[in-house]
Amino acid sequence: MKPETIINFTHHQSAHCENGVVSNLMKHNGFSVSEPMVFGIGSGLLFCYIPLLKVNHAPVITYRALPGHIFKKFAKRTGVKMKREKFSNPKDAKARLDENLAKNNPVGLQVGVYNLLYFPDEYRFHFNAHNMVVYGKQDDRYLISDPVMEDVTSLSEKELEKVRFAKGAFAPKGHMYYPISFPEKLELEKAIVKGIKDTCKAMLAPVSYVGVKGIHKIAGLIRKWPKKKGVKTANHYLGQVVRMQEEIGTGGGGFRYIYAAFLQEAGKLLGNEKLIELSKEMTEIGDLWRDFALEASRIYKNRSAQTDSYNKVADQLDHIADLEKVFFKKLKKAV
Amino acid sequence: MKKKEVPQDKSNLESANFRELCYAVDENGEYTTENSTGWEPKTVALKNAIEEINERIEDAKSRVLKGETSPIEYYMELHKMDVGILASYVGFWQWKVKRHFKPSVFKKLSDKTLNKYAEVFEISIEELKSMGR
Repeated sequence: MKPETIINFTHHQSAHCENGVVSNLMKHNGFSVSEPMVFGIGSGLLFCYIPLLKVNHAPVITYRALPGHIFKKFAKRTGVKMKREKFSNPKDAKARLDENLAKNNPVGLQVGVYNLLYFPDEYRFHFNAHNMVVYGKQDDRYLISDPVMEDVTSLSEKELEKVRFAKGAFAPKGHMYYPISFPEKLELEKAIVKGIKDTCKAMLAPVSYVGVKGIHKIAGLIRKWPKKKGVKTANHYLGQVVRMQEEIGTGGGGFRYIYAAFLQEAGKLLGNEKLIELSKEMTEIGDLWRDFALEASRIYKNRSAQTDSYNKVADQLDHIADLEKVFFKKLKKAV
Repeated sequence: MKKKEVPQDKSNLESANFRELCYAVDENGEYTTENSTGWEPKTVALKNAIEEINERIEDAKSRVLKGETSPIEYYMELHKMDVGILASYVGFWQWKVKRHFKPSVFKKLSDKTLNKYAEVFEISIEELKSMGR
């Protein structure tokens, strides 16, 4: 008989892996916190162009905070204490994981996506900031709750080792984390205000690659790409912008809908009507991001090369940036 | 986005039998979630990205056959890697990996070095040398 541990853990699907793991681990410990709440308190929303990094030979834009930051900020603002460990040796990493499972403690893991065999082939890129929960072991297979999947799944010891020790940017190095202590009562009110203020600050930052200014920056680049890089590369870059915005995990519209869901929930919790109104506005802005994606897809689908069409989608982005500038100023005053 | 407007287009998610979660508002304006089978604009973007990778693989293959590069570059492209990612997997500096692309250098590589690449690509040294032919 092989030792068997199955922790009574409830899998809830989420849009984004990091929020999902936090939300699921909190629920497991008896605190009902929704995915949008984790995202909002952890100041997940962002826009940032990272000029020095290229993924799949195209520039990188992120619509969310750096991997791990949502988690860190959420824990700090709610007073939850987290234990995090990284390992240089896969054996130690496995031993610590088994130890926790034996103690009935489900843990969060950071993993690479490329060797996650249950993902469709087309989605397996060298992206190392995916998150999952391991909640048991049965017949030498680890039981996995991957928040973006509809159902639970499993990985062999070797498969799990591979994804925990993926290499490249943001290499997980076996990164494992779990909550170790909780406040007596979870007080979300203050945490919400802190989370919102922090997001407004980032989105309105006077830095040309970040927030509202970053959106204008990308709009400007899109206008230049066809001439400077040629149509083929311009379309490849534009496709990557849309993929980053709409990829699995964003919940649609570059995380704007998750954020709107957060504002609605927060507004009700704080009894703040303004937040509920702003949630509606954010939804409308999310719809404009979707319109941008649709329009951009027409360019790279037909491989059309009119400079006009690039200018048109760039105009859409400039418009969104103007709206978000007004939006985050109002949001800052609302809390 | 309204709940009933959450797109249900055909996509490559189907092959893995899962639907992703989206946030949308119901008819009363309340936020809720809805699963989506896919959305065409992103399916096309992903398809183009895959095509781009396939072109890179084919290009690397033909350059190996012409004796312009070594099979290491071909397998690197096949695994959707770039020099930086491959270098971190095999534990060499990037310039060293690039040097191993040179057919004349590749020919003289020790089995120990070749094995490092073969392990990363999950193939045998023979397959690495012959590019699976």
